[in-house]
Amino acid sequence: MELLAQFLGTDVGRLIVGLIGVMALVAVNALFLIWMERKVSAHMQLRLGPMEVGSHGFIQTVCDALKLMGKELITPEEVDRPVYLLAPIVVFLPVFLVFLVVPFSRSIIIKDMNVGLLLILAFSTMAVLAILMAGWSSNNKYSVLGAIRSVAQNVAYEIPLLITVMSIILMVGSFRLTDIVAAQSSYWFVLTQPLAFILYIVCATAETNRNPFDLPEAESELVAGFHTEYSGMRFAMFFLAEYTNMFIVSAVASVLFLGGWHGPFLPGVIWFLLKVYAVIFLMMWFRWTFPRVRFDQLISFAWKILIPLSFANLLITALVLKLR
Amino acid sequence: MIELGIEEKTYTLNLGPQHPSTHGVLRVLLEMEGEYITKAEPVIGYGHRGHEHMAENRNYHQFLPNMARVDYLHALAYNQGYCMAVEKLLGITVPERAEYLRVILSEFNRISSHLVWIGAYLLDLGAFTPILYCFDDRENLLDLLDRITGSRLTYCFYRFGGVPLDLDDEFIAGARAFIKRLRTRFKDYNNLVTKNVIFINRTKGVGLISQEQCLKYGLTGPMVRGSGIPYDIRKSEPYSAYPAFDFEIPIGDKGDIMDRYLVRLREMEQSLRIIEQALDKLPNGPIMAEKVPKRVKPAEGEVYQAVETARGEFGCYIVSQGDVKPYRIKLRVPSFGNLSILPELAVDTLVADLVAILGSVDVVIPEIDR
Repeated sequence: MELLAQFLGTDVGRLIVGLIGVMALVAVNALFLIWMERKVSAHMQLRLGPMEVGSHGFIQTVCDALKLMGKELITPEEVDRPVYLLAPIVVFLPVFLVFLVVPFSRSIIIKDMNVGLLLILAFSTMAVLAILMAGWSSNNKYSVLGAIRSVAQNVAYEIPLLITVMSIILMVGSFRLTDIVAAQSSYWFVLTQPLAFILYIVCATAETNRNPFDLPEAESELVAGFHTEYSGMRFAMFFLAEYTNMFIVSAVASVLFLGGWHGPFLPGVIWFLLKVYAVIFLMMWFRWTFPRVRFDQLISFAWKILIPLSFANLLITALVLKLR
Repeated sequence: MIELGIEEKTYTLNLGPQHPSTHGVLRVLLEMEGEYITKAEPVIGYGHRGHEHMAENRNYHQFLPNMARVDYLHALAYNQGYCMAVEKLLGITVPERAEYLRVILSEFNRISSHLVWIGAYLLDLGAFTPILYCFDDRENLLDLLDRITGSRLTYCFYRFGGVPLDLDDEFIAGARAFIKRLRTRFKDYNNLVTKNVIFINRTKGVGLISQEQCLKYGLTGPMVRGSGIPYDIRKSEPYSAYPAFDFEIPIGDKGDIMDRYLVRLREMEQSLRIIEQALDKLPNGPIMAEKVPKRVKPAEGEVYQAVETARGEFGCYIVSQGDVKPYRIKLRVPSFGNLSILPELAVDTLVADLVAILGSVDVVIPEIDR
């Protein structure tokens, strides 16, 4: 017993327990988010959504996941096998790693790194690689088109995202996520940086390939985009990764702009999760309200509007900080 | 696979016949350069059922239910067109009340067709929610039509010489309630869709059709009215009770997708106006002409009767050789002409635009294939 406590006290022990926790969180969170999306969309569309399994269809997604696990994994003959099989794993790994540095509350954080934000931004970019792998190896024209779109889109939106985040870093002077949250103990950064918040939400929506920027999987144009040829659990991996990515960008939004775990009465972790799910709800709201933008409009919007705006925001932030 | 060193500039993309946005079984062969289309070729015929041939093998009454299967979205207009052609052939005059009933029901059906179009079209553009709002409205309408015609989609209600059933008070009350309801809903549609910046950017200036092109390809319906030509059979060759009503033909000015969308939206308002007037002025009298022969056996001759469906001009051309079966029936369907402009519009556009343009044509594939 004592040995176990000692082991848990070490970094390695913390990491192992943390990873197990993250795995559980990722799975439960994705199942919950899919249920939430179905419910949100249903109520926005004058429907009820799943109602049969469990109270208000709460365990519907569990059943769906079980069904997907039981499905045959079809590998089309013409695919580039190794890459095709690797892509669903590659899409999921970075998602796990990112959770290492997410501060759920003052104490619940697996590893408080001084480059936490950089780690998140770097790893979440890797999802593009997986999409490219999936699209290219599928040997399907729709998949390739989806993958090409995805890469162009992510490259275009990564830049304003990073620049926007930089203005927060300038204010705090640290990449450590706990420092950023601690700096917001009196007020949230969304009040001083409203433009940055809007830019971040737009870029984050594009990063996670959500409507109105869901071009890589635009159903009415590309059937299902890069994951057209995937079935069963491999398809579910892409699905899980998408929802987990949503959680991550919302968690970062909560840390950077909404004061992370800060809030009265309730424990910090509850506040943090509340803010995360509020941002996720906002993104779902977009999806079920807006039409899809066209690809050229999407790219020109990033380069001609978002990037200049984010630079302007960064410059103004720097000026204000210098003059103060 | 592309061999190293050989540069391949274009490739072929097969859009359909199983594709989410081809609205049925249309196949479009695309020659693409990156995401740009260099050539588009619609391949039709997957839904061919041989309606015209069927007509030659059954008598006039037996062919009536076929009409609803040609265009399932505006079935009553097809019903009407065929009935009117046969009546013309037989020389029957339809009583006024029956004509009013036909107008009311056909206009309701036009609204339901346009509601489906708006919902499905926005689905093509990637907006998932409007279709459920449209279908909610349409559901009310279908219940109403179901009450009198007995079916919800493939109506077969009109008969040679009139209509078989009269309206009841509940239908009239329901119709008035629906008119009121839909008018308030237009505000929602405008707020949710018409004023949406993304929607405007997707539709303004895309899929432009000039007036010359309209005439060249024989376009009809909202396609031609979107380009500013006020061609509507209800006005230009008035039939049934339409001359008795005061309504406008909405037209666009540029001929882009936005104009076609607005034309359809305003057409629904005009249809409501027509129905309202028809309900107010509904004359008394019989709903069925007297002396309609039980066995339809017209004399030798040929007739052409055109009606305005939700998609454009539907013409029914019947050649009779004095038999109980028609010698030949030719159906002039609007979607076929309207689709023919697609190859010209599609060149040098993106796939996303092709989907938007194809949707704006409002094709009903079974109508093209017949």
